[in-house]
Amino acid sequence: MTTINRGDFVRLGSLFAGSLVLGFGASGCSNQSNGASQAAGFQPNAWLAVHPNEKVTIFVSKSEMGQGVATGMPTIVADELDIPFSSVELEFAPAVPAYVDPAFHLQITGGSMSTASLWMPLRTAGASARAMLVAAAAKQWGVDPSTLTTKDGVVNDAKNNRTATYGSLVGTAATMPVPKNPTLKTPAEFTLIGKQNARIDTPHKVNGTAKYGIDTRVPGMKFASVLYPPVFGAKVTSFDATKTKQVPGVIDVVQIPSGVAVVASNSWAAFQGKAALNVTYDNGPFAQQNTASLKSRFIELARSGSGAITAVSRGVRNVSGKRLDAIYFGQPAAHATMEPMNATASVTSDGVEIWAPTQTQTAAQLSAAKIAGVAPDKVQIHTTYLGGGFGRRLYTDYTDDAVAVSKAIKAPVQVIWTREDDTQHDWYKPMGANSVSGVLDSDGNLVAMEHTVVMDSILEPLGVPLKGGLDAVSMDTVINTAYAIPNLHAQYVNPKSGVPAGSLRAPGANWNNFVMESFIDELAHAAGKDPLQFRLALLEKNPRAQNVLRTAARNAGWGSPAPGTKQGIAFGAWNGTSIATVAEVSMQGNTPRVHRAFVVGDVGRIVNPTIVLQQLEGATNYGLSMALASAITIENGAVQQHNFYDFLVMRMDAAPEIHAAIVESGASPTGIGEPATITIAPAVANAVFAINGKRARNLPFSEAYT
Amino acid sequence: MVTLTINGEKHDLDIPDDMPLLWAIRDVVGLTGTKFGCGVAQCGCCTVHLDETAVRSCVTPVSQAAGKSITTIEALGTPEQPHPLQAAWIAEEVPQCGYCQSGQLMAISGLLKKNPHPTDADLAASITNICRCGTYGRIRKAVARATGGGQAS
Repeated sequence: MTTINRGDFVRLGSLFAGSLVLGFGASGCSNQSNGASQAAGFQPNAWLAVHPNEKVTIFVSKSEMGQGVATGMPTIVADELDIPFSSVELEFAPAVPAYVDPAFHLQITGGSMSTASLWMPLRTAGASARAMLVAAAAKQWGVDPSTLTTKDGVVNDAKNNRTATYGSLVGTAATMPVPKNPTLKTPAEFTLIGKQNARIDTPHKVNGTAKYGIDTRVPGMKFASVLYPPVFGAKVTSFDATKTKQVPGVIDVVQIPSGVAVVASNSWAAFQGKAALNVTYDNGPFAQQNTASLKSRFIELARSGSGAITAVSRGVRNVSGKRLDAIYFGQPAAHATMEPMNATASVTSDGVEIWAPTQTQTAAQLSAAKIAGVAPDKVQIHTTYLGGGFGRRLYTDYTDDAVAVSKAIKAPVQVIWTREDDTQHDWYKPMGANSVSGVLDSDGNLVAMEHTVVMDSILEPLGVPLKGGLDAVSMDTVINTAYAIPNLHAQYVNPKSGVPAGSLRAPGANWNNFVMESFIDELAHAAGKDPLQFRLALLEKNPRAQNVLRTAARNAGWGSPAPGTKQGIAFGAWNGTSIATVAEVSMQGNTPRVHRAFVVGDVGRIVNPTIVLQQLEGATNYGLSMALASAITIENGAVQQHNFYDFLVMRMDAAPEIHAAIVESGASPTGIGEPATITIAPAVANAVFAINGKRARNLPFSEAYT
Repeated sequence: MVTLTINGEKHDLDIPDDMPLLWAIRDVVGLTGTKFGCGVAQCGCCTVHLDETAVRSCVTPVSQAAGKSITTIEALGTPEQPHPLQAAWIAEEVPQCGYCQSGQLMAISGLLKKNPHPTDADLAASITNICRCGTYGRIRKAVARATGGGQAS
């Protein structure tokens, strides 16, 4: 990756003077070459640049946080362009309107949407470039372009036995018109899509050369650590930095809106200086809050439905039959990305430059512009590799603080969070309390469900207004359940707890699907039916769902668990992707021990099979880690956990053997970064029930029974 | 003044004796392959070798590292001659976000000096490095590939 400043697309184009730079609207309809023909008023956008040395730069507008997008996006472009993957050079794109996601209308990486959103624009970009290179060769040779073929970055004229490399054609190609509807490959013609397995970033990630946000080094930069008030909503009223300024390496102490920043020549000095600060706060009303009171309030709201907003009202209420009722409760959890929050910013009279591991370039840019008092187009964002994201980096708090500190000290600065900052100042997976009831008819069929979800709004902190007070993300997998339940009534209670609520890997669904899939298991047992068959019957019109369930069951040997273990099964439908998991579990005291997990996903057309498997495995471990022991608790308005010794996450010793598999449906591609998070916890809980007849209705499992 | 020998190169550094080695490596010398994750020896992202031993540099004062040979991820192997674990990490496509992998590689390469053929149980007992992407299964496979061992246990 270069660290060249790229403020706008014109400069981007000039970087590659002599190369063919192609711009395409993300919508796929505003094609324009960036050569001499660039028209005034063109809203530029660029996915690729073909260079005379045969290398092709592919611009990745999405953030690489492990989910593989820095490999997947170039794979799609390279396939349609017809180049070998070894010719690809990766560049993370600048934050310019050209890279705004067509679904979100922002430059943002979330919702496991990257491949689904950009599949057609990227294919079109590659195919257009290929057509222009073919047209250039046809012009040079004076032949009809339809007589020419391409392969591995070379245009072939078989009839006249001659070839031209793409690199040799860039000058002429730049003068060719951009085709409006370039011919795309048929799936049978794909050379890389579905076949490419190696990740472009792996070699850099095993030798220390991959650059994350925290690795940014800018001439003259300082390091800063910010003391944030421990209590949510609290403000700093005064501070004494006398001792801080005696710490060797400390340069300055400045107050910013979020807290007190200690600026130093290195991170360690900044941390030491922060520890030496003497600060007084106005703690505000949240200082009275604690987990016990929040939990009882949430559960009471789930029981009463007080203040609930109707989300789904299908069929009738008060259906007669065998009725089951249950209350489920889930604690908040932190994202705990391995790379703590950080950002580097330089505010000068010319504008702002930010180097950050961010998932939200547009929001970071707009927020920085506001803080620095400049126009948004004066804010350049350099996106680095992200040391984990999981939704945490959809927020701008860490980039905002880097900008605020740089503005105050008039120098480039890296704001770096301690693990304690990261644990105590997250936008958490919210606390959840659900009241759910189901009715079985005399044949044991599920005929009615009523479901109340109590969960803080996930969308509001992201700046998304709620329609009629309803948060569809906080209700995910409840209001849009894949199960054909004839009478379904679901309602939402927004408790506005005061704990910062956030988007965490399959937000909303990572809690609600635990409830749904555990409760479906309860109903199956009450109906005296096999939990797999009970689900299949409710998914009769959803062959893709049935297929992942059947495949997971087959792979796991459903009904024949390994000696000493029991099995549990769960299904999840999330943003177009279908997932099924079978967990093989034994109990070690009160703790479930997962020996093997069989997870199957249908994500439609697959770009990179290895990455899909990696995400099935990784999301399984992430969901299991959260289910086993990860809990954030509040005492006197502040988070009680500090670091990995009290916010517990999975290590090697608890990591199950995971057998991940793909069902290839060939449908339009959907996402894989998040969905497998939502099936492992209920699969484990259902296995626990099979072992000891106890229904684990709380997350994490270590949480005392309600 | 502290003199550190990192990857065979001597650095005379004007830093406090109690500065953790991690910050001397990252912020003073400028080698950023070694990562900060927790600061309290919990996650292992900062693992380096002191002579032949894997240590967590975030809690190792530079005074303890002076006079010893410090090896970071940058010198575990070379592009031409990667460490067998690095080659196996590539073959098994271990990393996702990759942030913890420097530490995983340094911790496990340290383990191999004492136990050249660790089983899965040995890894579970010895390697406490955290990976939030959940690459543990691929790490086990890669170690087995590199060492010709790692039978399920």
